[in-house]
Amino acid sequence: MTKRASDVSVSPPRRRSKYTLAPLVLIAANVVLFALFFVWPAVIGLVYSFTNYTGVGVFQFVGLDNYQNLFGDSTFYDALSRTLLYTVLFVPLNFVFSLLIANVVVSRHAKGASVARVIFFIPWLLSPIVVGVLWRWLFGENFGLVNYLIHELGGGAVPWQSNADLSLLVVVMAASWAWTGFSMLLFIAAIKNVPVSYYEAASLDGAGPWRQFFHITLPSIAPTSFIVILLNTINAMKEYPVFVALNNGGPGTSNNLLVQYIYETGFKRGQIGYASAASFVLMLILMAVAIIQLIVNRRVENR
Amino acid sequence: MTTTDMPRPVDTGSGRAVSRKRPRRAATGGLRQAVSATTLLWLLACLYGLPVLWFVLSSFKPASDLFSYPLTLVPHDPTLSGFKAAWDSANFSQYFINTAIVCVITTILTVGVSCCTGYALAKYDNKWLKVFFVCILATTMLPSEVMLAPEFLVVRDLGLYNSFAGIILPAVLTATGCFMFRQFFLTVPDELVEAARIDGARELSIFLRIMVPLSRPIMLTLAILSFQWRWNDYIWPLLMLNDPDKFTVQIGIQSIVGAQNINWSVLLGASVISMIPLIAVFLVFQRYVMGADINAGLKD
Repeated sequence: MTKRASDVSVSPPRRRSKYTLAPLVLIAANVVLFALFFVWPAVIGLVYSFTNYTGVGVFQFVGLDNYQNLFGDSTFYDALSRTLLYTVLFVPLNFVFSLLIANVVVSRHAKGASVARVIFFIPWLLSPIVVGVLWRWLFGENFGLVNYLIHELGGGAVPWQSNADLSLLVVVMAASWAWTGFSMLLFIAAIKNVPVSYYEAASLDGAGPWRQFFHITLPSIAPTSFIVILLNTINAMKEYPVFVALNNGGPGTSNNLLVQYIYETGFKRGQIGYASAASFVLMLILMAVAIIQLIVNRRVENR
Repeated sequence: MTTTDMPRPVDTGSGRAVSRKRPRRAATGGLRQAVSATTLLWLLACLYGLPVLWFVLSSFKPASDLFSYPLTLVPHDPTLSGFKAAWDSANFSQYFINTAIVCVITTILTVGVSCCTGYALAKYDNKWLKVFFVCILATTMLPSEVMLAPEFLVVRDLGLYNSFAGIILPAVLTATGCFMFRQFFLTVPDELVEAARIDGARELSIFLRIMVPLSRPIMLTLAILSFQWRWNDYIWPLLMLNDPDKFTVQIGIQSIVGAQNINWSVLLGASVISMIPLIAVFLVFQRYVMGADINAGLKD
């Protein structure tokens, strides 16, 4: 395996051919896992989406029937539109709060920032199930702290659980609260990478904190902003545990989201083929999101 | 790509050093700004901290006090009865052990496999390695939630249904872990590898003796993240496990929530107990997580 250093630096093609066994051994485990738990499910998922497979026994190919039925299924539309509404509410809320908090935390004026940063981060550590339980406890209609405070201030009980829109709003707040710590970390790293000289030049020119934020900070951290938006969009599209623990998609089935829909049809009703078709619709949406993000990101970076 | 333009893991420290160099403003304006910034910071911190505080303090209330008006933040006579009830009921101690086993094994495997893959991707330049890198990128595009049904069938056909292996193995491949190690090993100079080769070291012993010890901080960071992902995992263990003796903590908590009449005393106790390991791990290793490069956290 030994060779002279000059060989290595002068002729990369020979180096390439020299080492095949070692890298192969190193990635072998991951290749096997990738084939077993990614390629195989993806392929059979696609195949099953054209069948009436129920998980056991034989199945028949039904062509595009599953997809056609899906687009005629009002439950699916409800789940899809509820998921999109949830995403549209969650992503901006999370973005604004995590960016605000990141700015305050890195501010040299704020005292106790390192302790506060831990406080902001703790919700992200909690499991989605516990987040759901916690917010259910806060927003209970007859016993929750929030309704108690509203009552003390002279208001009436707010139907946080029995009104479908309010119930979705509680999940939006809960999820946004839980994800702030993560987005905040990304923003903190990005803000600290903005050269200090930009701010010095701006304050010499008399720019106040707001103008500095909108003209220096925000453009400088644009790539991170896109990552945060992309990650949060993907996370919102596949949200499930917070809903289950908070109100179980309720009241009734009004807040059943896509993943819950896939879970119910696939595992509760045994319609694997149909659920696979729904999964691929979700996948197409996620890929569209990722591609749009890539295009926008490239345009911003080339500007 | 989201994963290639991320900042290096080490830049938190340097950023802090830079911010210290920023010039101080005039004392009066600085004081006013300090007061307003600190006030805003702590208002927000209360907004984020109070729900947890309220939740944890409530778990110390006796069941009879949970709903008694007027609500009080601090329990009158704190008790551990909720925790005790949670621990004794519904096999909670068993769930705890199960979750710990799954988390520890998955974390060890994830760190090992990701370290090997990340090193290969960073330090060798075969064509098929680049292809595999793109493959790993693809896994971030297709979250496991999208492939629930087919992935379930595959794991079932492998004979892993209702076993810990069925939860552990699919979770070992993480794009995040591979990226973290790849990014780290890219920063290790190639000359180090070349020098070892000249000294006659064989490829795998270069990796094991030199590179693995070097990557200890990344290992720790990924270990904490992986532990957290698996501890908090819900839907996959729910699908995989059938036998109540194998349930994980999150399934246990959810089954209390799903009961006809929620026993809030038990539920609060169980939830707070389930938070303890993660919070403890986090507080001990806080600086690693806070400085970590988790930009690649596309898939867990």
